[in-house]
Amino acid sequence: MTSSTYSICGMCAVRCPIRVEVRDGEVTWIEGNSNDPGMGTSLCAKGIAGRALLYDHERLQYPMIRDGERGSGKWKQVSWDEAYDYITSKLKDIMAKHGGKAIMLSDRGGPFADMRKAFLKALGSPNYCNHDCTCGRNTHHASKSVYGLGRTGLGYDFKNAKHIVLFGRNMVESFKVKEVKAFMQAVKNGAKVTYIDPRAALTASKSTRYWQIRPGTDYALLLSMVNVILKRGLYDKQFVKKYVTGLSELNKFISGYTPKWAEKETGIPADEIVQFCKEVSADKPHVIFHPGWHLSRYTDSFYASRMIHILNCLMGNIEVPGGQFFPKTPKDAGYKGLKSLGADIPKVDEKRADGCGWKYKRFDGGPGLLQLMYEVIDTGEPYPVKAYFIVRHDPLLAMPDPEEQKRILNKLDLIVVVDVNYSESFGFADVVLPESTYLERDTIMRTDKGLKPGFSRRKKAIEPIYDTKAGWQIWTELAQRLGKGEYFPYKSIEDIWNYQLQDTGLKIEDFEEKGFVQLSSKPIWYDRDKLKFPTESGKIEFVSKKFEEEGIPSFKPYEPPKKPSEGEFRLLFGRTGYQTHGQTTNNPIISELMGTNCLWINKEAAERLGISDGQEVELVNNGISGKITARLTDFIHPEAVFMLHGYGRTIPFQTRAYKKGLADQAFMKGLLKVWDKAGGSIALCESFVKVMPA
Amino acid sequence: MSNYFVEQDLTLCIGCLACEAACKDKNSVPEGAFYCKMIPVGPRMIGNIPVVQHVYMACFHCERPWCVDACPTGAMQRRPEDGIVFVEEDLCVGCKACMKACPWGVPQWNADTGKVGKCDLCKDRVDQGLSPACVTKCTTGALKFVTPGEASLKRRKEFAEEMVKGA
Repeated sequence: MTSSTYSICGMCAVRCPIRVEVRDGEVTWIEGNSNDPGMGTSLCAKGIAGRALLYDHERLQYPMIRDGERGSGKWKQVSWDEAYDYITSKLKDIMAKHGGKAIMLSDRGGPFADMRKAFLKALGSPNYCNHDCTCGRNTHHASKSVYGLGRTGLGYDFKNAKHIVLFGRNMVESFKVKEVKAFMQAVKNGAKVTYIDPRAALTASKSTRYWQIRPGTDYALLLSMVNVILKRGLYDKQFVKKYVTGLSELNKFISGYTPKWAEKETGIPADEIVQFCKEVSADKPHVIFHPGWHLSRYTDSFYASRMIHILNCLMGNIEVPGGQFFPKTPKDAGYKGLKSLGADIPKVDEKRADGCGWKYKRFDGGPGLLQLMYEVIDTGEPYPVKAYFIVRHDPLLAMPDPEEQKRILNKLDLIVVVDVNYSESFGFADVVLPESTYLERDTIMRTDKGLKPGFSRRKKAIEPIYDTKAGWQIWTELAQRLGKGEYFPYKSIEDIWNYQLQDTGLKIEDFEEKGFVQLSSKPIWYDRDKLKFPTESGKIEFVSKKFEEEGIPSFKPYEPPKKPSEGEFRLLFGRTGYQTHGQTTNNPIISELMGTNCLWINKEAAERLGISDGQEVELVNNGISGKITARLTDFIHPEAVFMLHGYGRTIPFQTRAYKKGLADQAFMKGLLKVWDKAGGSIALCESFVKVMPA
Repeated sequence: MSNYFVEQDLTLCIGCLACEAACKDKNSVPEGAFYCKMIPVGPRMIGNIPVVQHVYMACFHCERPWCVDACPTGAMQRRPEDGIVFVEEDLCVGCKACMKACPWGVPQWNADTGKVGKCDLCKDRVDQGLSPACVTKCTTGALKFVTPGEASLKRRKEFAEEMVKGA
C-alpha cells in the first residue's frame, strides 16, 4: 500500500515543496510537489539524496554527552532525560549567575525559526543569531539603506526578464529549483545574461556575456556602469523623478569613475562597459541586476550591493514583470497572518550583546552579527554570554578560522548542538541532541510570500527511525523543564498548527489536498503609480540618513584591493548544484557525485610556479597548510585560486567525507575579525594563500 | 532503438546531476556505478563564452544490441514489446562480456554482487505510464521521455521556428 505525503524538503535552506511516497513504512520516492506548477516534479540532486540521508547510519542517532575534553571525540550515549537534565542544570546555574541573556542560539534562519526565537524569548535572552553574517547581511543592509526594505523585500521575475546581470551570483550552481527553472526559461527564450566572476562558474556557460573580472573590483565596475548610465541619460527618468531622492548627490560622486578608469581596475574593456550600459538601457525596465545572495565576500561588498540596488532603481524595474516585485503577504490577499509562537511571551528588555540595533543602529537586531558574538564570548563585554545552542548551523564550517573559533568557544560553560548530521561543530559540543530528519519530523507552519501568497506545511512521512526528536518537541520539552511551560503548552504538532492558524480562518485539513494553501488565485500587483517605500520620505533614498548618522557615507570612494605577490593568491570558494554548503558532503549519493575538492588555479600562473595539471600542491597560510590537487585552467583570474566549500572534514564518524580534500575556512586565518563595517558581513574572500608544488 | 527516447535539451541542462542522483536513488545503483552519467565537455570558448556542455549518457537501447549478442547466459535481454534492454540479474554470471561488447561503455559493474547492471529506462515506472526517474526529477526539464517520432517532430518544429524568426 503506497501513500503520498505533501511536505517541504529539508536538504538545504531553500525548502522546496515535495511529495513523498511511503510503502509499508518505508520512504520509497521523493519528487517535487507538482501541485505547485513552478516546481513540477523536479527536484535537485540534494533533495533526491534525502532518502539516502534518512537511511544512512552515519548520522546522529541518539543523544550524547562528551566523555572527555571538548573536541576529544569521546562520547557517551545518554537518554533524552539525561541530556535534558545536563542542559537544564547547567542553564539554571548560568541564569542564576548571569541572567537569561547569557544564553545565545544560532541557526540558519528561515521560516521555521519562530519557535527557536520564542524559546530564547521565554528564557529572557535577546541573543538570537543566524548564519547571515556569512551570507546575505551586506545585501540586506544595502537594501535597507536604499529602499528601507530588507533583502527579501523585493523578489525577481526572472522568467520575463530581457537582461539578467549577475555579479558572481552563480544562478545554476547555487540554485533554488523554482528560481533556476524560471531563469533557464528566460535563457531559452533568448534573454541576455551578463555573468561577472573571476572564475567561469557554470553560470558563465549560460550567459551571453562573460567578464572575468579582477577579484575584489566589482565595486569599480559598478561605479563605472552608474557613471555611464547617468552621464548618457540611459536611466528611466520618469521612474527616478517620481520615486527617487539623492540623484544629484550620486551624480556628483560618480563623475570621476569613468569606464576607462574602471578598465584599469577590473580588466574589463571600457568600450564593452559602455556597450553593456546601452543594452540594459534599451531593455529596461525588464532588466534585473541581482543584488547578491551570498555577498559576504569583500570589505566593500556592502557598497557593491548598494550600487546594484541603485542600478535597479535607475532601470525603473520595480513592481513590473521581468523586473523586481514586492512579494505579497497574506494581508495583501485579505487574510491575517500566522500567529507568532512568541506573541504571548513578555518582551525581552535586555539589549543584544553584539550591539546590533542599539550600539550599531544600522544593523538589524533580528539575527544580529554572529562574529560580534564571538567577541562578546571572548571579552565578556558588554556582559558575559556563557551558553550557546547551535541549531542545524555549523559555525566551525561556515565561519572562518575554526582554530580561533575554538579558542573563543572554549570560554563557554555550555555548548549544545542540535542537528541531524555530524556537523563540524558537533565535534566541539558538550551535549548533542539529535533531530529527526525532515522526512521524520513535522515542522511549524510557514508563510509563503510572493505574487500569490499563502502558507505551507512540512509533514512527516514516517516515524523516526532512531532515537531522535523533532525540533518542536525539543524546544517545548526544554522550555517546560526550565519552568517556561506556560508559553509552551503544546502536546502535539496539531496544537502548534492550530495556534498558528487561529487568526487566518484556515484549518489544518486545508493543507491535506496540496500541502499548501494559496490565498490568491491570481498574481497580486500593486498600482505602480502609487508605490510606497518604508523610508522616511516614502521614496527610494540614494542618500541614507540612518547610515550617515553613524559615520557610514552613502557613497564611499573606491579603494583598490590588495594585489597578491608572486606565488600568492586570493582564496575564493563556492558551490556546486549538488552539494549543500557542507551538510551533504558525507551523504552516500552526494559523496559519489563529488567526493573531494580540488584547487582551480590559472594555467599561466601555475606554470610559472612549476605546477602542472593534476599535480598535488601545498597550500599555506599563516601556519595552516594542506595538500590538494591542482586543476589548471584559463577560466580563473591569475590573482585567485578557488576551491569548493564543505570538504576537509574532521569528524571520523563521517567515513565518506573524513579528511577528503581541504577546508577553505581553515585557510581563512584571522578573517573572524575582517568584516564589512558598513554592511556587517564577514569578508570571506579577503585571505591569501601561498601555492607551491607539494 | 526502443520505442522510447530520452531527449536532452543542452540549452536547458545546467549540469546539476539531479539525473545521476535520481537514478542512483531509484535503482539502488551500487557505489562506483552510474546507469546514467553526465559527461562534462569543456569549458571551451564558443564566441566569447566559456561553455561547458553536460552530455547525458545512459543507454541507447539499440535495435540490435551488442551487449545482448555478447551475453552467453541470456541475462542481457531486449523486451520484445518495446525494445528496452535490461539485465535479468539471476542469470548474470559476471563474465563482463557485455561490458567489452558495448561500444559506449553502458553496462556497469556491481562490485557487491559481482554482476552487471544497466539503465532499463526504469521499466517498472514505464509500465505504470510514468517517466524514468532521471526525466521525472530533472531540475530544469532538460530531459524529456519521448518516442523517436516525437523527438524528431520537436526538433523540426524548433528548427522551423528558428528559420522563420531569422527571415
